[in-house]
Amino acid sequence: MKKTFKLIDLDCANCAAKMETAIKKLPGVTDASVSFMAQKMTIEADDVDAVMKDVVKCCRKVEPDCEIVL
Amino acid sequence: MTRKQKKMLWRILISFVLFTAALLLPTIWLSGPIPLLSVIQDQGGCGAYALAKWPLFLIPYLVIGWDVLWKAVRNIMNGQVFDENFLMCVATIGALIIGEFPEAVAVMLFYQVGELFQNVAVSRSRQSISELMDIRPDYANIQRDGQLVQVDPEEVAVGDVIVIKAGERVPLDGVVLEGASALDTAALTGESLPRDVAAGDEVISGCVNLSGLLHVKVGKPFGQSTVARILDLVENSSEKKAQAEHFITKFARYYTPIVVFAALALAVIPSLLDGQWGIWVPRALNFLVVSCPCALVISIPLSFFGGIGGASKQGILVKGSNYLEALAQAGVVVFDKTGTLTQGKFSVTAVHPDGMSQEELLELAALAEQFSTHPISKSIVAAWGGTPDQSRAADVEEIAGHGVRAVIDGRTVLAGNGKLMAREGIPLTLDHDHPGTVIHVAVEGRYAGHLVIADQPKATSAQALRELKAAGVRQTVMLTGDAQGAAQAVANELGLDRFYSQLLPAGKVERVENLLQEKSPKETLVFVGDGINDAPVLSRADIGVAMGALGSDAAIEAADIVLMDDDLLKLTAAVRIARKTLSIVRQNVVFALGVKLLVLILSAVGLANMWAAVFADVGVSVLAILNASRMLKAK
Repeated sequence: MKKTFKLIDLDCANCAAKMETAIKKLPGVTDASVSFMAQKMTIEADDVDAVMKDVVKCCRKVEPDCEIVL
Repeated sequence: MTRKQKKMLWRILISFVLFTAALLLPTIWLSGPIPLLSVIQDQGGCGAYALAKWPLFLIPYLVIGWDVLWKAVRNIMNGQVFDENFLMCVATIGALIIGEFPEAVAVMLFYQVGELFQNVAVSRSRQSISELMDIRPDYANIQRDGQLVQVDPEEVAVGDVIVIKAGERVPLDGVVLEGASALDTAALTGESLPRDVAAGDEVISGCVNLSGLLHVKVGKPFGQSTVARILDLVENSSEKKAQAEHFITKFARYYTPIVVFAALALAVIPSLLDGQWGIWVPRALNFLVVSCPCALVISIPLSFFGGIGGASKQGILVKGSNYLEALAQAGVVVFDKTGTLTQGKFSVTAVHPDGMSQEELLELAALAEQFSTHPISKSIVAAWGGTPDQSRAADVEEIAGHGVRAVIDGRTVLAGNGKLMAREGIPLTLDHDHPGTVIHVAVEGRYAGHLVIADQPKATSAQALRELKAAGVRQTVMLTGDAQGAAQAVANELGLDRFYSQLLPAGKVERVENLLQEKSPKETLVFVGDGINDAPVLSRADIGVAMGALGSDAAIEAADIVLMDDDLLKLTAAVRIARKTLSIVRQNVVFALGVKLLVLILSAVGLANMWAAVFADVGVSVLAILNASRMLKAK
């Protein structure tokens, strides 16, 4: 399953790259892509809704100002 | 500017005023010492107590830098140590400790100005790209109880009739029931010539109705309409990242820690040797400022994003940065013949009469063939031009696999292939060895000449192939299921390097696989087809390009790059845009790394101050962004 989320206040390109790396490492996540330019995040997982809690936590850790629109 | 950016601008201005005030304020002399707040200064030859400057500079420093400090603390607590906030803090606090107050404030101020500038530049280019792709219709007009109501296009069901007024965007795909108009397809295809539509024609969402009122019966729900599919495709294109992007993010992961440790080494090792901490520590602080990787990380996706945006403006949809990157290295371009290099429809290319005029021969053939539905017969009628007079032809008899026999104006006319002539025992008196299909005509048992019917190359194909070669494509190859002769003729006319004829669909895949093995690993193989029946080849090639995709679902699905109309010149435009994007990416990487490296070296030997270091960080980012935004205007 693949889902795309909008991101608000993703201000730095390096943070986007760090977020992507961190999310990819989460258990249950098959693939992730964070686009700084499009301000979007695509998560691929068997059950996207189940991993979203971890993803949000992970993003908050890397870039606390950035908000994921669920 | 957003509210956040405006707020930042105010902070910068306030801090700047306070900073200037602190710089200009004269020394205030004190009568006696105050702990922490007084320093001993020289007053007319003897030492006296003066008010210390640091509180004056600390105010603008905190005004401008509090959020950087706060973010650094917060990120360290989250286990993210080496980020730019932390590096800026260490560098500026270090400067404060060694007594360089104005530098500390100025560096923080300059850093924030750069960040703001960067922020504005990125949101500007993001905005201009989304404006390029602004083809989403806002509403659809629907007739309800005799009144026109505006509804959300998503609410319109298949089979509903929508009304499109002049100047409005077509919201959903459908068929015109009533009305005639010209449609501007520029937003979809980049083609500026309007397309005329009338009742019975299909219209595609995203076009703009230029003149008349149209009543359209909706053929597809919004989610499956052309405009929604295109938007979906373009919006998701940033998902597939280019090699260059992966490289740079990976690079950034190592770059920052390495520079930070180099800074640490620079601060400690020489100082232990010569004891001059006051020289080495400031130099090391410069290193920290330079160690931010943001300029690099930001400029590359921005360049690709701009390239994809600029391409879509011209009706070229690129499904990901990786494809744009691969297209820039195109070395072998393989074309499908029918519908790609050629028009995909038959037309009369030559009329060779024997004993009558060309017009007479064409007329006879058209009259004889008028009742046939075969594409070749239709092309003869089309070449003749008028509507044939049915009453002039009698006793029309189709001879399967051979041709037609008819009595026209009282004379028996035969029109068909060589087998028909042989069967009737009519000798062929003209040389008839032409590429394409030859239709012979005989009148009253006497040979009257022949017509040559072929699938003609598109008007722009030859030019497009020349331009591809000029753009650095090494080899052009044509694949076709047609006979050798027809293939040879097209290949010669267009100047293709190689061609393979009489191929079945599976044979095309095989050929492409052979070509993939032959090419050098540095170059990529592009396959261009019309998206019909060539999905396996499209996916097998490094880059599959489908053309003439306006309205074709299969092509949009299977291809990596989609050309919205069927003009091959779009392909050369795509290659040009890809090359330009890649050259901007390269420029940015070399420039950003070069400046950073230069400043690192100059800092190490003490020739660069913290101003240069801040320029190497944010200044370079801004320049890289400006360079990348050139892609938006690419032709």
